[in-house]
Amino acid sequence: MTTIETPPTNDEIGRKGVSRRGFLAAMVAAPALTAVVMSESATASAGLLDGLGGAAGDVAGDLVPDLGFPETADIVDLGDLIILADFPARYNLLVEVTPQNRVRFEVPRLEKGQGISTACASILADELGARLSDLDVSLSDARLDRPFTITGSSSAVRSLWEPIRTVAAGLRARLITAAANEWGANPFDLVARDTMVVHPDGRTLTFGELSAAAAQITQISTNAELKDPSEYTIIGQPQGRIDAHDIVTGKAEYALDLQVPDADPAVIARAPEIGGTVASFDSSTASAMPGVVAIVQVSSGVAVVARTYGEAFAARDALDITWNGGPLSNTSDADILDTLKAADVEPLPTGGLLTKVVEDTFEFPYMAHAPMEVMSAVADVRADSAEVWYGSQSPVIALQTVAARLGLPESAVTLHVPRSGGAFGRRLFYEPVVEAAEISQAVGQPVKLMWSRNDDTRHGRFRPMSINRVRARIAGSNVLTFDHRMTAAELDLGHGFGEMLSAAAGQALPAGFSQTAFHTTVSVPYDFGAATQLLTEVPIPVPTGSWRSIYSGTVITANEIMVDRMATRLRTDPVAFRRDKLDDERAVAVLDKVAAEGQWGRSMPAGHAQGVAIHVEYRSVCAYLVEIDTTGPESRVTKVTVAVDVGRAINPKGLEAQMQGVVSDAITAVLRAGNRVDDGRVREGSYGDFLWARMNHTPFEVNVHVMPPTTGEPGGAGELGLPTCSAAIVNAYSRATGESPNKFPIERPSIPDYTEVTG
Amino acid sequence: MNVQSVTVNGTTTDVEAADDAATLYLVRDVIGVTGPKYGCGVGICGACTSHLDGEAFRPCVTAVSDTAGGQITTIEGLASDDGTLHPVQQAWIDEDVAQCGFCQPGQIMTAVDLIARIPDPSDADIDEAMKHNVCRCGTYPRIRKAIKRAAASMR
Repeated sequence: MTTIETPPTNDEIGRKGVSRRGFLAAMVAAPALTAVVMSESATASAGLLDGLGGAAGDVAGDLVPDLGFPETADIVDLGDLIILADFPARYNLLVEVTPQNRVRFEVPRLEKGQGISTACASILADELGARLSDLDVSLSDARLDRPFTITGSSSAVRSLWEPIRTVAAGLRARLITAAANEWGANPFDLVARDTMVVHPDGRTLTFGELSAAAAQITQISTNAELKDPSEYTIIGQPQGRIDAHDIVTGKAEYALDLQVPDADPAVIARAPEIGGTVASFDSSTASAMPGVVAIVQVSSGVAVVARTYGEAFAARDALDITWNGGPLSNTSDADILDTLKAADVEPLPTGGLLTKVVEDTFEFPYMAHAPMEVMSAVADVRADSAEVWYGSQSPVIALQTVAARLGLPESAVTLHVPRSGGAFGRRLFYEPVVEAAEISQAVGQPVKLMWSRNDDTRHGRFRPMSINRVRARIAGSNVLTFDHRMTAAELDLGHGFGEMLSAAAGQALPAGFSQTAFHTTVSVPYDFGAATQLLTEVPIPVPTGSWRSIYSGTVITANEIMVDRMATRLRTDPVAFRRDKLDDERAVAVLDKVAAEGQWGRSMPAGHAQGVAIHVEYRSVCAYLVEIDTTGPESRVTKVTVAVDVGRAINPKGLEAQMQGVVSDAITAVLRAGNRVDDGRVREGSYGDFLWARMNHTPFEVNVHVMPPTTGEPGGAGELGLPTCSAAIVNAYSRATGESPNKFPIERPSIPDYTEVTG
Repeated sequence: MNVQSVTVNGTTTDVEAADDAATLYLVRDVIGVTGPKYGCGVGICGACTSHLDGEAFRPCVTAVSDTAGGQITTIEGLASDDGTLHPVQQAWIDEDVAQCGFCQPGQIMTAVDLIARIPDPSDADIDEAMKHNVCRCGTYPRIRKAIKRAAASMR
């Protein structure tokens, strides 16, 4: 393929004032119009950084090296850093207009249920002037020319918002130019809509009809400016998921649904203990069992390849393995908690004349991700190359790790990214695809590896156990200080965040990416005097990972519970107290919205109550108003009212789904479940004892109010509601019971029998 | 190992398998019908829920010999031959229920069974029937609305 340079047309692209100078939009010379916009040179991207101004520009120069002070997240958050790391490659998007009038688009992120493929398609279709139904959207393979592709920190839509529109506007200009040439018309009289270019006299040419001519154009004769938001017809309008039909008919394909030729099922026998290893094994019985294809020791255990997973599981059970213990032999979660308590020594400001002190210490347990689709991957490893399939949130480092494990150059490895059945941070890590590659290489044939549900939980990754100490000092109605000390098991960010942040900073960061992540994700949006939040991490050999937040899931939950307890101490209404202290207008607006829509303060029977919380993160704000009934054997959240302001909602229906979805995460995390460690083993294994919220624990009503555009730019959404809803539930529980719970989960219901199929 | 005749969505396939082999792995791994998902393997999450002779069952804990002579319907077999969606599938689209979508084949097959038994299910009926299916994305509020919408459209 050869590339040609798009001639500059407008110095200014769009409304943000991003300079076009230095931006080399290379187009593939293909029969059909195809944009595969390649990386700019380092010099050009530096120029773009200068042009961006504002937070991103500042980050590279100043802020990252100085990330030691609190409230950093108000100025630059982790999403900014992710966007910045990906910045030089952000236009590396594949958009193709086919002669059949389809628009093919590869999303360079992982669709894991959060709805980014629908949101990104909406942005593309609107800017291009295409019908959403004319788009064919797939997920991009790992691309070495996009080294910092990460689906995390609620950054997907934020990071793609401007690049997708810029590329789409360039394509639209070419299509209009091609139509103008065809008709001999003034291009400024033509408009692109419904996947065609329309002449004022009613003539039309479809994009498909124009594609070949548009691909040959070297000089566009119309502007490629981004649309004014007033022109949007898709962005901001509720859209159903573009893959809904595939999902409800069973056509949606996850990794193990792919029909990769000759790929046989594989499972791995894993040590009972975390980090345990194989001492010896005897596979003579298992090898002779029906359907068994191969049995081979791999780094994480003993792999069984068989005709079906049923046969693989049966043979796995028949293996006679002697295991070595792991690093946590004889250790339980109570011991780990003691270790954290011993390290929890960061002082908090004390006393003071005439000050009231409100303080509490919260304990959060380990928490596995437990996505519906267990960890799984497909691998076809040959002598000189490998092709692997894994729904990865960090596909490039996953590919690089596979290549290193196999002893192949990175260019010889292809990593396809199928849709995944949930992730919640789990798929930032890539153990399954490395294991699958290892097995395929060892047995000399393609394999599809599946972790059993127990494997997935017990050998998964966990939100770190933490102790969160919070103290506020109040004089009269003034909060003088608000301080948070988090002592936690170390969070593993070794999935590219470190490299990414180093790249963003333009230098290798010292050890302790966690401090950067901490200070770029948690902030205190109140006028609470001197507010400090500090993180102390303790290395504990339980694998960890971000869990629908980096630190906010615990830090902000604790903070928002404390805000209620401060209000109680001051005998003030929690909504009135927040209104009085909030230093963020958007937060006040969402708080007022839930108070009005959720009828804050309405009278409720004994044992029932409302609770409220707010959260500001990733350029977005939200408020949750929760109603709870604590009179039954298990408390039940009965109604939730949400108001959310993400700056600009691309798809309000998808945003509503995210805000609804966290409700069951929050119910689970604060009321029902958490993981325990007994003698180095994780106690809970499956949904039968790891008690995720089900239909009968879920509110009958969850009403989400999406605020009209404020900042005009989409903020993050996927993680936003989790700490907010969690705190609101605890606050409602406290108001209903008069108790002040500080250890989670508050209730650990007895294990029910879910084995019957239907009532 | 015996030859088992397994009928899935109207097509019968002879499969070599032990009598007690779990139906799910034969349907997915040998016959290649992948709508029913593995979520737990022990009948507690509902991701594989399909129908046996019109009633919901869990292929992951049902021996293949117990399906002998029966008609298995998976999510792929729910719509009409001409592609017209079942009212429950249509309601799932209308309410935009799915997020990751992985549990939804099982949720839909359970909901179809519920409405067949109780044409106008109450909230309590929905809680009771649907509590056997886990959704980690938390789509429950929309599942509830979709069941009510589908039930109304079928009455």
